Amino acid sequence: MMSKRKVKDAHLPVGECFTELQRILRERLCHQQLPDKPVGLEAQHKNLLELLKRTAVHGESNSVLIVGPRGAGKTMLLKCVLRDLLEEKEVHKNLLQVHLNGLLQTDDRIALKEITRQLHLENVVGDKVFGSFAENLAFLLEALKKGDRSSSLPVLFILDEFDLFAHHKNQTLLYNLLDVSQSAQSPIAVVGITCRLDVLELLEKRVKSRFSHRQIHLLSSLAFEEYVERVRTQLSLPDDFPDGKFAEDWNDSIKTLCEDKSVEDVLQRHFNSSKDFRSMQMLLMLCLSRVSVAKPAIKPADLLEASRLCFADAKANMLHGLSILELCLIIAMKHLNDVYEGEPFNLQMVHNEFKKFLQRKSNSMYKFEQPVIMKAFEHLQQLELIRPADSSAAKTQREYQLMRLMVDNSQIMEAMQKYPQCPTDVKQWAMSAFG
Amino acid sequence: MKYFTRKRIRRIYEWRGEPVNFNRKLKTYEYSSLAISLEDLPRTTIINTGQHIFIEGEDEDNPYVAKVVKLFGDESGEQKKAVVQWFCRVSEVPQSKLKLLGREPHPQEIFYYQARSCDEEVDAESILRPVQVKHLDGATPFPDSSDKETLYVKLSWNTKTFRVVNSALVEGFLSPPCPKPSLPPSPPCLPVAVTPASRGPARRALPTPDLAVMLRAASGEVRYSRATMSAGKASAMEVESLHSVTKLSASKCLSAKRRNASAGTPGVRKKLELNSSERNSLTNDDILNELLDEELELAQRLSSSPPQTLPLAHSLTPLRKAHRPPDIGLKTSTIVLKKLSIAEMESPPSRDESCSPQQGGELPSGSVKTPKRRNGTPRRSYTPRGQKATTPSRKKEPKTLKEPGLGVLAEVDNENSPMLPDAVTPRTSKRKSAQLVSSRIRKQLNLLDNHQDLNSDSENEDEFIPSKKELQSSSEDEGGDEVFDSDEEVVAKKGRHAGSRTPRSKQKSRSSTRTPRKTPNKKMAPGTPRTPRHATPSIPSRSLPARQPANVLEEARTRLHVSSVPESLPCREQEFQDIYSFVESKVIDGTGGCMYISGVPGTGKTATVHEVMRCLEHAAEMDEIPPFHFIEINGMKMTDPHQAYVQILQKLTGQKATADHAAALLEKRFSNPAPRKDTTVLLVDELDLLWTRKQNVMYNLFDWPTRRHARLVVLTIANTMDLPERIMINRVASRLGLTRMSFQPYTFKQLQQIIMSRLNKVKAFEEDALQLASRKVAALSGDARRCLDICRRATEICEHSAADPSATGLVGMSHVMEALNEMFSSAYITAIKCASVQEQLFLRAVIAEFRRLGLEEATFQQVFVQHQALCRVEGLQPISVSEGLSVCQRLGSCRLLLLEPSRLGILQRVRLNVSQDDVLYALKAD
Repeated sequence: MMSKRKVKDAHLPVGECFTELQRILRERLCHQQLPDKPVGLEAQHKNLLELLKRTAVHGESNSVLIVGPRGAGKTMLLKCVLRDLLEEKEVHKNLLQVHLNGLLQTDDRIALKEITRQLHLENVVGDKVFGSFAENLAFLLEALKKGDRSSSLPVLFILDEFDLFAHHKNQTLLYNLLDVSQSAQSPIAVVGITCRLDVLELLEKRVKSRFSHRQIHLLSSLAFEEYVERVRTQLSLPDDFPDGKFAEDWNDSIKTLCEDKSVEDVLQRHFNSSKDFRSMQMLLMLCLSRVSVAKPAIKPADLLEASRLCFADAKANMLHGLSILELCLIIAMKHLNDVYEGEPFNLQMVHNEFKKFLQRKSNSMYKFEQPVIMKAFEHLQQLELIRPADSSAAKTQREYQLMRLMVDNSQIMEAMQKYPQCPTDVKQWAMSAFG
Repeated sequence: MKYFTRKRIRRIYEWRGEPVNFNRKLKTYEYSSLAISLEDLPRTTIINTGQHIFIEGEDEDNPYVAKVVKLFGDESGEQKKAVVQWFCRVSEVPQSKLKLLGREPHPQEIFYYQARSCDEEVDAESILRPVQVKHLDGATPFPDSSDKETLYVKLSWNTKTFRVVNSALVEGFLSPPCPKPSLPPSPPCLPVAVTPASRGPARRALPTPDLAVMLRAASGEVRYSRATMSAGKASAMEVESLHSVTKLSASKCLSAKRRNASAGTPGVRKKLELNSSERNSLTNDDILNELLDEELELAQRLSSSPPQTLPLAHSLTPLRKAHRPPDIGLKTSTIVLKKLSIAEMESPPSRDESCSPQQGGELPSGSVKTPKRRNGTPRRSYTPRGQKATTPSRKKEPKTLKEPGLGVLAEVDNENSPMLPDAVTPRTSKRKSAQLVSSRIRKQLNLLDNHQDLNSDSENEDEFIPSKKELQSSSEDEGGDEVFDSDEEVVAKKGRHAGSRTPRSKQKSRSSTRTPRKTPNKKMAPGTPRTPRHATPSIPSRSLPARQPANVLEEARTRLHVSSVPESLPCREQEFQDIYSFVESKVIDGTGGCMYISGVPGTGKTATVHEVMRCLEHAAEMDEIPPFHFIEINGMKMTDPHQAYVQILQKLTGQKATADHAAALLEKRFSNPAPRKDTTVLLVDELDLLWTRKQNVMYNLFDWPTRRHARLVVLTIANTMDLPERIMINRVASRLGLTRMSFQPYTFKQLQQIIMSRLNKVKAFEEDALQLASRKVAALSGDARRCLDICRRATEICEHSAADPSATGLVGMSHVMEALNEMFSSAYITAIKCASVQEQLFLRAVIAEFRRLGLEEATFQQVFVQHQALCRVEGLQPISVSEGLSVCQRLGSCRLLLLEPSRLGILQRVRLNVSQDDVLYALKAD
């Protein structure tokens, strides 16, 4: 197959084809390139577009929340709507946008400065906003108050991580924005994006009353077939790819890939775990990065390998990197946990347990000095495989500080299986029901 | 800042010379001049009656301008008062009225103030320094002088119209040549009388020792109604109230002194006098005529007496003071008198020019020379009274003199004399001359602005009639006068109102907010650029006009938007009535009070108050009630409770100040007997946010209305009915009082009515659909906003669902139902249905673990064991711990689960945020 393509490919050198392929697909998977149409969200798209258009064209103030789990395409939807909105002549240059993010604007003071800066109000000099918090607020409110429905430019406020704004003191910013949206001032649209379903319960009564209660939920009841179809489209090359033949071959190979049984199983597992697009893109990205001239198609094995990477247990992987001594300590802790039903332990207990093991069963292990044990114990703590049971114990001596194990038994077992050259007696000790 | 530093230089005010007159009733001494010296400087400034002066006002750079009419003080010398004729600056005339000028006002132009809305009695200690005022004829252009210290008068202003003012009124006054500051101060033993000696005290000197009446006289009220009689007639109540007012102001003066100049007496306040209405009825013409009469007489008298320098003139009034050399008195008296009388001709309030010193003493007869004059006097006298309250002009003009200009003193006088001849026009009859002058005014106004003439004509006529009537009835009949007064009060109010009050306050707030510039901020590093001083808060305007609603549904949507408040709010008639009568009564009485309004959000509290204020403002415009200021603050619209002070101050006066400074200024404003006091109506929305630990903001807000002079009505709004009991300490709650009102949530009928009234016959909804929406909302919250939003959303759904966009039907039940579902249905169930298989499994595991534990909480580790078991049961590949954790986190981010911080890893505890039944229902339906 590979050779056939090489022969027939007259348009572009193969190397350039692959460069182009990587560029196009990476843009899709990593740069969150917007699709032409948000798949499966047509109703929401129309709803939001109409809403924002009314603000932009009629000067009608509105407020709306876009709610959906992470990776459901909330931001993508909004971006699509904005792109479509700005294509309209009547809207273009007739809309101001203010983008805020609850993770960046962590309080109203910062948020106000950012709003003022993005609106280029007159108290902005260069890129700096001057004036105290109170003055900025008064200034902004005055500016918005002066406008009216028909003559002033509509302002679109986009509040990403909307729920975080609700934690600001008194919810001043939200109150004021929503109040403007409910009174005859400058037309504004407040669009909140959040993944919290209970976001309305966070709002104070008076803030809530001012919110229009429009919510756009992005809860996709995506079926597995659609999921597979989406994987296929994500990996397919567009029709306008410079080398038509190459694109055709590539698309065919993707199609056969998606029909493969093992691939289907992998995808099914991912689909069962999460319908999130981002995790799917992560998976596909891992596959894509292996594609090159030498390896011109994605094989089912690639997908399996990528899936294995995605599902790898982080803590189990960390256990691989421990020394035998540290591993032994972990095993001792596991036994303590089993015996005492999850009660916290301290270094002395662990050390005793370890010593018991050395006396009774070990023939490959040496006895370690107390300071060495201590060092290993501290290292485990640094790796957060164990953590102090309560923070107040800082005063007590380190040997007696109560700790809890942060690793599940299944993770320890998994690690033991894969641990390179693990002594058999240690393995047996780990397997045994009681220390 | 500036304000305080300036005040710190303490001014010392001393009477110069002996009292020229003593009023036994009021126990006041009248003086002819006042010396102002600065604490550390040797120079003194002399203020004489008849001089134009600056009076400290709210704006330090543009002090009030006035002319001294009289200076008097009490026995102890503690209180020094002055009666003045006000002028108003361009900036004090409302913007809208400036148009009447028909030209650009000159920056140094001032207007002779002829309205009766403010008190012409001021604290002498508010006098800053003399100023030069020149009268210009209507046609003469303003001189191009760069002299910023000279002000020009062309027209008079009575809050309604501009009129040509006769030079006699302004400066035809020959003030006695006063000693230049350079002159050595005369030795104390030989006091130099610099004053018009015989100034009308005769009448006032009548021996009724009624303090209240005296006061009235002093404040210019009774002065004109002759003598004791009038005092006796004054209604007991009035006397009473005035009495207390005096006491209060006296005490205030004292306290102000004690406080030492640092705090300073508040700038002069011009006081609104509601009951002295007759004053404005006087037209210039009448005054003019009177003045002319007197001038003639004076001229005759003058001619006989040789001019003499004033410093030599001792006051001739036979006063009881022992240390006065009695011999000198008589001789000089005549001369002084004459000078004085000329000087006073243009100063209307002193109608006693005619009284020669002989008469002046204590003789009751002296007060009235000729019957004719008598008639004239009352009228003349009140012109000054009608001073209009003036806004402190905010314009910052380059100020040359920071300290009261000591040197600028007496130049004014010289300019005045040449004007005198103009004023002496032969007079035929009052009526005739009146017509003459009015026609002249009309001509002038025509010149100024053609548009204006209709207006001015009619207004002139309006004003003439009363004055004519008054002429007829003026003589002795006090009762008649008083009846008349009320008549005229209406006119006056109308004029004043139209002139300014409410509209002006609006304009003021606008202009003041235009420049929210930085207050000097100490925290800011020096050298960082400040906000541009004149930054205008504004959103750029759109390039294309907003589209208008095109079809019925769009029309309905516009009307249903919460922002489009209808002219009248249905279903809140009773509340409206209650608030209206509360505020109205306070405004009419000029008292203050608090009201607490509570109600859940969306029940129309703020809207009702706004409607009340709209109606009251309209009533004020129609002159049914006195004008008032309405300002509004919102606890949510400020960053800190103490910002309330800053915002109130800014909305009241346009000043910017720090919170502490603003609090001090407001305190002063509301506790001192103040200027041009309109009632202030303050709406405090979201009161609960003004709570501080010491509750001082709330305390002040509720304490100010109880002050006698505050004239402050505070309407407070909050959500909870028991807020006063819950969060206020006793002394605050007590001041808030028991005037409470609570807005009940709307019932479904009311909601229906609200929507109907908004739709206003736009037929967009089916009956049932409306009823469904309103019933649903009424059952849930009774929040009108919610109801409107639902209906609005329903129109959208209707529009989108229609196959043919041009032919949409009415909004029906199904549309409303859909809207209701969108807004009220919880998304939890859908979210669970849409969750991935592992997420659903995890939820089941959570429930299983809860059941096993018998608790509503479990650690992730425990749940995960269940999860693994469930996976096996379902035939799925068991997932790893990190995968399980990420599933758990995803559910947590949607808030289907409540989680501890994720760094606890497998130890974090898990709770359900939905009921178990809901989860099971959602999973079963799957």
